[in-house]
Order: sequence, then structure tokens, then C-alpha cells
Amino acid sequence: MMSASAASPSAVLPGVARKVGSLRKERRWALITAYVSLVVAAIVMLAPPFYMLITSLKTSAEISNPVGTPWIVRNPTLENYWALISDPMFRGFFFNSIKITAAVVCVTMVISVLAAFSLARMKFFGSGLLATGVFLTYLVPDTLLFIPLYQIVGGLGLLNSIWGLVLVYPTLTVPFCTWIMIGYFASIPKELDEAALIDGANWMQMLTKIFIPVALPGIIAATIFAFTVSWAAFVYPTAFITRPDEMPLTIGVVSQLIRGDTFAWGQLMAGALLAALPPVIVYAFLMDYYIAGLTAGATKG
Amino acid sequence: MALDATTITETGRPAAPATGGMTLQRFARRRSTIAFLMALPLIAVIAGLVAWPAGYAIYLSTLNRRMTSFIGLGNFEILLDSETFRMVIWQSCIFAITAVVLKALLGFWLAHMLHHIPTKGQRVWRGMLLLPWVVPPALSTLGWWWMFDPSYSSLNWLLTAMGGPSIPWLGEPGWARASVIIVNVWAGTPFFMIMYLAALKSVPDQLYEAAAIDGATGWQGLRFVTLPMMRNIISITVLFSLIVTFANYDIVRVLTNGGPRDLTHVFASYAFQVGVLSGNIPRGAAVSLFMFPLLATVAFFMLRGVNQRNREMA
Amino acid sequence: MAQVSIRKVVKEYEGGVQAVKGINLEIDDHEFVVLVGPSGCGKSTTLRMIAGLEEISGGEIAIGGGVVNDIPPRDRDIAMVFQNYALYPHMSVYDNMAFGLMLRKFPKEEIRRRVENAAQILDIKVLLDRKPKALSGGQRQRVAMGRAIVRDPKVFLFDEPLSNLDAKLRVQMRTEIKKVHQTVKTTTVYVTHDQVEAMTLADRVVVMNHGVIEQVGPPQELYHHPQTKFVAGFIGSPAMNFIPTRLVETSGALNLELSSDIVLPIPEDRIGRYKAHAGRELLFGIRPEHMTEVRPNDHRPGLASFHATPEVVEPMGAETLLHFWKDGHEICAKFDPGVAVEPGVRTPMAIDMNRMHLIDPKTDRVL
Repeated sequence: MMSASAASPSAVLPGVARKVGSLRKERRWALITAYVSLVVAAIVMLAPPFYMLITSLKTSAEISNPVGTPWIVRNPTLENYWALISDPMFRGFFFNSIKITAAVVCVTMVISVLAAFSLARMKFFGSGLLATGVFLTYLVPDTLLFIPLYQIVGGLGLLNSIWGLVLVYPTLTVPFCTWIMIGYFASIPKELDEAALIDGANWMQMLTKIFIPVALPGIIAATIFAFTVSWAAFVYPTAFITRPDEMPLTIGVVSQLIRGDTFAWGQLMAGALLAALPPVIVYAFLMDYYIAGLTAGATKG
Repeated sequence: MALDATTITETGRPAAPATGGMTLQRFARRRSTIAFLMALPLIAVIAGLVAWPAGYAIYLSTLNRRMTSFIGLGNFEILLDSETFRMVIWQSCIFAITAVVLKALLGFWLAHMLHHIPTKGQRVWRGMLLLPWVVPPALSTLGWWWMFDPSYSSLNWLLTAMGGPSIPWLGEPGWARASVIIVNVWAGTPFFMIMYLAALKSVPDQLYEAAAIDGATGWQGLRFVTLPMMRNIISITVLFSLIVTFANYDIVRVLTNGGPRDLTHVFASYAFQVGVLSGNIPRGAAVSLFMFPLLATVAFFMLRGVNQRNREMA
Repeated sequence: MAQVSIRKVVKEYEGGVQAVKGINLEIDDHEFVVLVGPSGCGKSTTLRMIAGLEEISGGEIAIGGGVVNDIPPRDRDIAMVFQNYALYPHMSVYDNMAFGLMLRKFPKEEIRRRVENAAQILDIKVLLDRKPKALSGGQRQRVAMGRAIVRDPKVFLFDEPLSNLDAKLRVQMRTEIKKVHQTVKTTTVYVTHDQVEAMTLADRVVVMNHGVIEQVGPPQELYHHPQTKFVAGFIGSPAMNFIPTRLVETSGALNLELSSDIVLPIPEDRIGRYKAHAGRELLFGIRPEHMTEVRPNDHRPGLASFHATPEVVEPMGAETLLHFWKDGHEICAKFDPGVAVEPGVRTPMAIDMNRMHLIDPKTDRVL
């Protein structure tokens, strides 16, 4: 493409000149197509969250008596948000989500970092099989096993308890986190362990002093993944939790804020937005790690 | 001072491992013991929370409703005889295939467009376009539900404003099915886009330059350089998405809850309906297990794709 | 400080491939030994067995008198410099150097003293706070050496430490390594595939090929008295010429018949050595630097002359290389750059027969 501008002075040859011009035009059209596609896509992608935001700022009166377009808000109010924040039940959902997510992220990272280190560096009998097993487990969707897990969690007396969720959420997070950590650990040059070995490190020191700090971007990506997944989990809490005081946000908002009363739309949208806020904030600040984690499975595995 | 000792090899070797070997073996054993212990929590998770429930699901599916007696394949027979369940199978397959094809095409298109604008602006666009993937699907589906709402539909308002008809989004089976697909495509396209973008960026520019000098047009470059280079990522992404979409629950649950008249149920939501809400645990387990053959097939191809890729990269 | 003994050491990989086939080597205290050979000759494997990074399949290795076969690397009291330096990317230069001491629970003050001392020797004091990423190749190399020096180990191990550097820096760091060794005098085992590095650094050079040691000796000895064809061809640049020849005895004198028109006389003092091989087909080995232009007034004994037509002439600045082919064998001669040579023009040359070698093609040993 650069050659186009370099070649333009040689416009003495008419054929070449036309060629150069069409190349430039072609390129401009490609760019215009790209931008038009992206603008349309962005509008479609952002419309639902935008409409949720608009609705959440409306009063019930404005929602039930629409005048003109519903896509703008005439009398913005924060009363829906205040109502939620002052509602102890909603705050309870929030705290439950925080407790569950924090516990699950910690458990996940400990399990997967240890396992990934062992699988990436210290082969043992059956380790190859286990690595394949990790990948296959990652492919098992939560909806395949929620019924037997319902029975198992029930048998342990953990139905209607956030601890039941903490027990089963690792099935969603551990396989993928282990998988990407294996990739990150495997990309650390072998000489680094050897240098550490000669420097006198034992296996645990090698993990904590070398592998974890060097693979920190991977750790962050895996942590973000574990956080997002356990925050957004929906099947397990829907199946296992029916008592509002043990509900996390996702199911809490979906089941408790819908009261068959159309006038609660504003509050429902506000609740959904508040519930979606933590993952969005994490994403906004750590987008690169987020994307690295997302694509790690494909580009490394 | 020593010189080469080729001849010593034969006599020297057998004796030496006997003394050195014992402790070395012990060292290696110790090392693999530590490795095994480190992997033990992972093994516990896989065995206790995946393998064991999977076996347990098979056992459950052979019981009667009150879980008191063994009825063999009875639950599966009843399900296959039921009109509703046959519809669920169709709906699941149509939903998954349509949604995945649309996501793959749109994702590829967007990735390509994104790849072609100046690098400086890519971050911002990527950031915006990935948003639907970041919001927990159950919550964004609530927003869609509200946009589809029969009396206040903001989508219909837009359609009427542009002179179009008013659509009964969730009230009429055909439209309800389309709505579920629309929401799934909306939420899943960014994932495809981001995967393809990563793949596009991993194709070295020099290949395109070489192709251009060899006389390839832009389209030929796509056909003979981009697609072959991305083949593996495309198939892995499609297969993975096929699993996730096929097993989707959140969208159907929030948007239609299976209605109208149980016509939008997919496996997951139907299993939930039967197993948890109606309390027929064994039959619910049987519904879930119907997903297994397809998942296993897809997983097989995916594993093959991944292994192939690893071999190519090695 | 210690000597290293390698006795009948074998390295066998799964599947029975032997990378090292039972080698013996005694390395003295303070000695700088270079293992050199083409890739795959077993030199790196040998070094890694000394380090403890590879298990020893057979035989034993002793450092400072004690057998270390079953001792893990950290307890062998060795330090190693890797080809890609293996600096810890998340640690500063100071921490990289201090890491080994810290793990060994040295007091803080002692660590600081040692790191600063090593930084002084290597002239990297100003870099101590930087991360490896912010260093140039040569600086990283110094840090890697610093990491070895602070440990004050019994043995330094170097695994092709200069091969990632550009040519100019390589020469500079070579001098640097030599200087450091003269300062700290630690026993050193150094692996390289570059024979120039081997010659310039080593007290003794160990030439390896196909898992065995071909020859051990001081650089000059390897150059002047190679014992095998491999060593003769490996040491020296450009490599020694090998020309098939026939040793003919005529009335008490020995001659080399290269072809019908080129017959070279063997110097008198070598006749006794070669006599038994008279009449055999042998390989005549001569280094390019001993095939020169004919100098007037040079009447040293053992000087022979012949004519050849160079096909390629390469002026190198300090010398000019002439390449010509003889029965399909490429032969190289080194001329003074002052002599005008044209490709395709028949040119007289002088061979210093005192520097010749004769090789038995059956055993590949130098006679």
C-alpha cells in the first residue's frame, strides 16, 4: 500500500496512474465499509445496555405512560437506584455474590496454579491424561450435570446455602484456569527453572518466586475469568437456591425483582445494571488481561 | 589426564546404573509424588464434581420418579414418545446451529473490519463491541426482555417509526424462537470477533506481502492465506460455541421460560422444568443426558483440532 | 575451588540413544577448560550432567573430591551461565544476583557486599536497579556472570554464553570472561561450538565429537599436533585442506604423489615417522596458512612449490584467500594481500612441508 504514494510521481505512464488512483480509491472504500460496519455493530451491541440505563433513570409514571420515543428519558431520577440500595434484600444479594465470588476465586486460583505448575513442569504418571481430562472437563457445560449435582448438594445439606455454590462453582472455573495457566507456565523458558534450581530453589520456591511472578499476566487473566464466571453463574444458583437471603445477584435480580407488576421495570433495569457493574468495571480497567485470558485457550492451546 | 574412552562404554555402563540408579529413581519418584500432590485438588474437583456426578446422572436416569425402583431406559422411552420432547430436540438443534452460524459469520466480518482500521482506533472499538460478552447474560437478557415487552416494546417503536410492522416478539412461537436466537447472537458474536481478531493478528504481514507480490487480490489473500492460517482457530471456536450454545439455559429461562406453549424449550431449560420444577429428578437427568452424544462428538473433534494445532506449533 | 573428575560417564536417553559414550576427564583446580565440538557432540549434555540438570546414566562425576551423581544441583556448589542468560525477568539486576544467596539464607550485609563486589568486577554498578528487559545483550551477559560470581562456587559452568551476541560484542565479552577468570580463578568448564572462542579462552581444550572426546590439550598443542582428522579439521580457520595422496618411497626418500604432475618431498626429519606407511593411500593435511605465495630468498628446508589455478579469490584485508579445486576437492591457500592474484591465472605457490600432516583414512588418526 505504501508503494502507491511512492509511485504516484511516475504518472507519465497513463496506465500506471490509473492503477495508482484505483488502488487508493479501493483502499478508501475498504476503510469506509469498515467504519460503517463498526458503527452499525456498535449501535446494535450497545443499544440494550443503553436502553436499560435509560429505563432505570425513568420514573414508573414515565414508563407506564410513554409519550413519543421510549429511547430517551425526560425526567431523569435516581430513585430506582436509591430504592435498591436501601433495600436490605438487594444488599444481601450483593454481599452473597461478593462472598461466593471471593471464595471461588481463591479456591480456583490455588487449585489451578498448583495443578498447572505440576502439569507443565513436573510430569508424573498419568499427567498427560490429566491434561486432556482438564480440557474435556472444560467442555462439559453446567447444564449437563446440574441435576445430579442438585442431588449431591442436597445430600450434603447445602441446598439454599451459598456454600453449596462455593462447592460447585469450581467446576466452571478450575478447568479453564488450569488450562490457560498450563499455557503460560509452559511458555516460561526452561533455563529459568534450571537457573533457579542451581541457585538453590526447591519446587515450592520455584513456583512462588519465579513462576507466579513471571506468569503474573496469566494469573491476572485467570483471576478475571474466575471472577467473571462465578459472578455471572446462573444455572447453579437457580437450581440450588430458593431462599432470597442466600441468593446471589444474578438469580436475585431475575427472580425477586420481577413481581408481575409492569411498573417495577425501572427498578429491575437498575438492579440488572448494578449487578452487571462489577464485571464491567473489571473489564474496563483490565481489558487487555481480559482479552488475553479469553483468547489464551485458542492461541496457546 | 584423560583421553577418549570409547571402549570403556561396553564394560563400564552396566555396572554404573546399579549403584547410581537406586537413588536417582527415588529422587524421580519423590519429584513425581510432589507433582501428584500438587495436582490432587484438581483431580478431586474433576473426579468429585464432574466424573462422579456424570456417573450418578446415568444412574439417576434409570430410576422411576420417586427414585424407588430401577426402570432401565424407561425415562428415555417416555421422553422420545412425547411430542413436547421431540420438539425440544428440534428446537435445541435449530437454535444452536442457526445461532452459531450467525455468530461465526458476523464475528468474522467484524474481526475483519476491525483488523483493517488503523491500529490506534482498534482498542476503543474492540472495547465497545466486546461489552455484550462482559455483561452476565442473565442480566442483559432482562434488558432484551424489556425491549421485547409486548405493550412497551422499544424495538417495535423503532420499527413503527420506520414504517415497519409491530412484531409480537415473545408471544408468537416463530418470533419467540427468533428472539432467543437474536439475543444469543448478540451476546456471543463478540467472542467470535475477539478470537478471530487474535487469529488475524497472528498471521504475519509478510505472508500477505508475499501473496500480493505473487499477484493475489485482496479476496484471494483472504481465501488462500487468511482462511487456511485461521482454519484451526475457526473450527475450535465454532465447536466450542456449539457446545455452549447447545447447552444454553440463561437466555431461554429469562426471555421465554420455555413459552409460549413449551415451544421454545431447549434441553437445558426443559431438564430444569422437568427435573427441578416438576420434581421428576430421574427424567430431568435423562433430558440432560440427551445432550451427551452431541457434546461428546463435538468434544472429540475439538480435541483432535487442538492436538493437531499443538503438533503444528511444535 | 575444586577439581572436577569425570569418570566413564555415559548419558543414555530413552530409546537407547547415547549422547555421551563413556568419557574421562580430569579438570584441575583453577583450570579453564573449554568443551568444543559441533552441535550434538555431547558437550552440552556433559556440562548439564556436571550441573546436575541431567541425570547421569553411567559412570561418576566428582566435584572437589566428592561424587555428586545423586546430589541435586543446589547442593553441588556450582554456578552456571546460560546461553539465553536465564535472568529472572521480574527481578532487578541486584535481586537477580542476590537470589541464590538469599535462598541460602546469607545475611543481608554479606549479600550486599558480594553483589557490589561482583558488580565492581563486571562494571555494572549503575545497572543494579534495572530490570533485565532494560539491558542490552552485553549487559545481560554481565549480569548472568555476576549471578555466578556472587555465589563464589566451586565451579563455573558456561553453556555457549556468547552465541546470542553479535560478532563485535562477542570478542569483547570473550576478553571480559578471560579477565574475570584471571581475577577470581574459579575452576571453569565452558561449552562452545566456536573453536576461536575455545582457543582464546582455554587453558585446555576438549574436542568432542559423537559423544566421545577426540583430544584434550592446550590450544597450541591441538593446533600443531592434532591427533585425529576431526580435530585437525575442526581447529583452525579456514579449515585444514585434506587431499588424497599416495606415499611413495624412492631410494630412501619419501614423496607424496598428489597427482602425476604434483609430487611433494617429505622433510627428512619426518621420514622415520612415515616410513612404515610407504606405498599406502593416505590423506595429506595442510592448513591454508601454510600454503602461501612463493617468496624470493626464502630457502627454508622443507619448502615445496607447485602451480595451481585459483578459481575464486577472496581478499580479506589482512590476507587473501585463494580457492582452487583438485580432483573435486576444494583447496584453500592464504596469500599475502600484497601479492596480486587473478582468478583463472596459473599461480605458483609454496607449501611448508614442515607443517604437514598425514592421516590414515581407515582410522582417521593423524600419523
